Amino acid sequence: MASYISNTKEQQKAMLSEMGNDSIQELFADIPEAVRLSRDLELPPALSELELTTALRKLSQKNKNLDDTSCFLGAGAYDHFIPSAVGNLISRQEFYTAYTPYQPEISQGTLQAIFEFQSMICELTGMDIANASMYDGATALAEAVAMAASQTGRNEMLIANTVHPESREVLKTYAHYKGIAVKEIGYHNGSIDLDALAAACSDQTAAVIVQSPNFFGIIEDLGQAAELAHQHKALLIASVDPISLAILKSPGELGADIVVGDGQCLGNPISFGGPGLGFMATSKALMRKLPGRVVGQTTDVEGKRAFVLTLQTREQHIRRDKATSNICSNQALNALAATIYMTVLGKEGLKEVATLCLNKAHYLYDQLIKSGKFAPVFSAPFFKEFTVTSAGDTDVLNDALLADHIIGGYALDKSYPELKNGWLLAVTEKRTRPEMDSLVEKAVNHCD
Amino acid sequence: MIKNEALIFEKSVPGRRTSLLPVCDVPERDLASVIPAAFLRQQSAELPEVSEVDAVRHFTALSKMNHGVDSGFYPLGSCTMKYNPKINEDVARYSGFSRIHPYQSEKTVQGALELLYQTDRMLAEITGMARVSLQPAAGAHGEMAGLMIIKAYHQYRGDTKRQKIVVPDSSHGTNPASAAVVGFDVIEVKSNESGGVDIPSLKAVMSDEIAGLMLTNPSTLGLFEENIVEIAEIVHQAGGLLYYDGANMNAIMGKTRPGDMGFDVVHLNLHKTFSTPHGGGGPGSGPVGVKKELVPFLPAPVVERAVDKYVLDHNRPLSIGRVKSFYGNFGVVVKAFAYIRSLGAVGLREASETAVLNANYIRARLQDDYELPFGKTCMHEVVFSAQKQMKLGVSALDIAKRLIDFGYHPPTIYFPLIVKEALMIEPTETESKETLDDFIEAMRQIAREAETSPELLKEAPHDTIVKRLDEVKAVRKPILRYVKEV
Repeated sequence: MASYISNTKEQQKAMLSEMGNDSIQELFADIPEAVRLSRDLELPPALSELELTTALRKLSQKNKNLDDTSCFLGAGAYDHFIPSAVGNLISRQEFYTAYTPYQPEISQGTLQAIFEFQSMICELTGMDIANASMYDGATALAEAVAMAASQTGRNEMLIANTVHPESREVLKTYAHYKGIAVKEIGYHNGSIDLDALAAACSDQTAAVIVQSPNFFGIIEDLGQAAELAHQHKALLIASVDPISLAILKSPGELGADIVVGDGQCLGNPISFGGPGLGFMATSKALMRKLPGRVVGQTTDVEGKRAFVLTLQTREQHIRRDKATSNICSNQALNALAATIYMTVLGKEGLKEVATLCLNKAHYLYDQLIKSGKFAPVFSAPFFKEFTVTSAGDTDVLNDALLADHIIGGYALDKSYPELKNGWLLAVTEKRTRPEMDSLVEKAVNHCD
Repeated sequence: MIKNEALIFEKSVPGRRTSLLPVCDVPERDLASVIPAAFLRQQSAELPEVSEVDAVRHFTALSKMNHGVDSGFYPLGSCTMKYNPKINEDVARYSGFSRIHPYQSEKTVQGALELLYQTDRMLAEITGMARVSLQPAAGAHGEMAGLMIIKAYHQYRGDTKRQKIVVPDSSHGTNPASAAVVGFDVIEVKSNESGGVDIPSLKAVMSDEIAGLMLTNPSTLGLFEENIVEIAEIVHQAGGLLYYDGANMNAIMGKTRPGDMGFDVVHLNLHKTFSTPHGGGGPGSGPVGVKKELVPFLPAPVVERAVDKYVLDHNRPLSIGRVKSFYGNFGVVVKAFAYIRSLGAVGLREASETAVLNANYIRARLQDDYELPFGKTCMHEVVFSAQKQMKLGVSALDIAKRLIDFGYHPPTIYFPLIVKEALMIEPTETESKETLDDFIEAMRQIAREAETSPELLKEAPHDTIVKRLDEVKAVRKPILRYVKEV
């Protein structure tokens, strides 16, 4: 058994006697007899640190991990390269064992790093302001919808069904309890059906929600969606892949009012889907509707530049039930990882990651189509993920590939029944040409 | 030596970079040949241009401006800043945990599903609940999910009139905020003279419109709610449910259980009670547990144990739905799992007992110097008031800032809202008598200084990289991002 208690029994006795108590039990006298637990909790036997490492190593080895496989699975969680500096720096205890920076004089490290994070997110998204991060991309989207409802005084949302299925599910949950109506807009050639959007958009619409690149990997026409939304004084909420923004036009330039996304891809391990981070950026006009922590620049009493949590009258600890959101924590350490990632890769490096993803994804797409065993599904431009149709069942195909230590694509018919045998493949900068050639060879053999 | 650190953007040198990536091993395309020009960025995003050593020195310098639990005592009330065992960081990084994709086939992630299932079982036992969902990402997120469950339960039973949630005036701000997010109206009830829920006030607001009561027990005053059995009866008799805010669970592990007290829904903060580090504000994890009759309403999916394997059960028609992508903050859950497995039943109980002992030791030894608004035995934290010092013109804020000069993180101040000039101290079980004695001595010295040299407190902190900040200016003229000067 491990214990992290410092005081010896003798010290505890000394403390009790100084307090005028005979036993620790006396301190629990306020707990009514009827609800006291009179037995030990039924938990597995305690383990020493030595035993724990063995037990957990063994448990972890029941999982097939991405280091031992070639991963072509994306669909919202991506196997991007993480520079060594990221893990090393976020492991500094001053970062990971600190609390929310309530005392700015001894939290300038966290505060300045968040300010830099907000600045980088603004640069990529082309927006004025950003918050300190959200739980993930899906909850950031749901919070953006609440913002749009509050800003416009309307409660009808139009969301492309090319937005990640789980983001739509999370939105559905949040919206249901807030009394917000959500209508889905179908797709045409893998992109939001702009005619259907134009027909659905009205003066009741609070926001149009589009993801780009969308769940199929396709780059959406955010500019057109923004125009349609703005014609009805509705907002455009864009959910984006931050890495793609190194080469793609920023949603801010294209007219988005609120930009959200998932930042796991920025230097955070995939970790079975969490913890990662969500981000949110918007225009100055919506500043006071922003949920979550925000860091601002100010000066100290001596005029020195300093950073502090600000605009707190939006938040739950001040406004209680009138707050813009109930969110309290952010994903600070994950946002720090993202900040370090964007710093180490830098202006050119992030473009390089994006370009490598794009080139490799297009190479794999071409090879699969050339093989004759896989057919194109859409003809719209894509970034690092694409859709093909396989000749046979995709689950069976993925099972076969697993035997060769390849994690295949996402079986699209799970979320889009009309795309039978649709296979969504993601290619990050980590995948090599031999890995891709091997995938094609194995997949083609299987289909023969 | 710590100096003011320039922003990373200000260290940028055009053309400087860190090369980390291989050359492209497939044919390179002209971007414009695969993506329409209208979609392509014309001007690069202004990310920093620095070398690796620039980046490492920058973030190392920033880290030195922070105070963490490993730096020193961190008695921040309500936040349970206990020591975070190093082993938990190591195990969470095992590639079998950190390098698995959420959509891998279930048969390739049996270890992860087993860990989630076992954590669910263990937390259910610790809280006295039937099942626990690990999907919520933080405490406030768990509250939101728990309140959705309460709403869904009433609606399922056709009891649609129940649109109000009761919270005590001492509650965390997230309680009323979460209730509002779920579309409830919030009714606040007063605390009585001893810091508990005022029973007559509670009875007065009970009706068939009340969906439930949210309670922290021990309360935010650090006091155990002695009338909990009666309170539970009142709420249940009126047809409402009881919600347990688990922020203060560190006081009662193995001593009593929310389920046994009559609570129907519980959220926990794994980043408080179960020792996962706070990371400067997250990631946290806020599991939500429920009694048997509420299990069908838990967020989907739920991990179930089949004959010879673990499976993700998505087919849950009564579920409130999904509240987060994938399965929650899994990496945080791994650390909490490791912590519970390390301590076991006896270790968890001893942790709570020691946390309560340490808090009462501080209470006993500082009660002559600082006013105790509620005189009785406290649980894991003690709330003082600086009203005595306020008469000398010294506020709780001044005391907090002066503590920084002694190398301590200040306690939580001005919360709970019902205590004037509140100083909320939570030492946790991991601190030694020596640390507590030194802290007590510092607090006593500060009390003396308040009388003899108040300017010392008013000007504190003295040795930090920055002095007190102009927070009004930050709000009046918000600068929320770096903009390059041209």
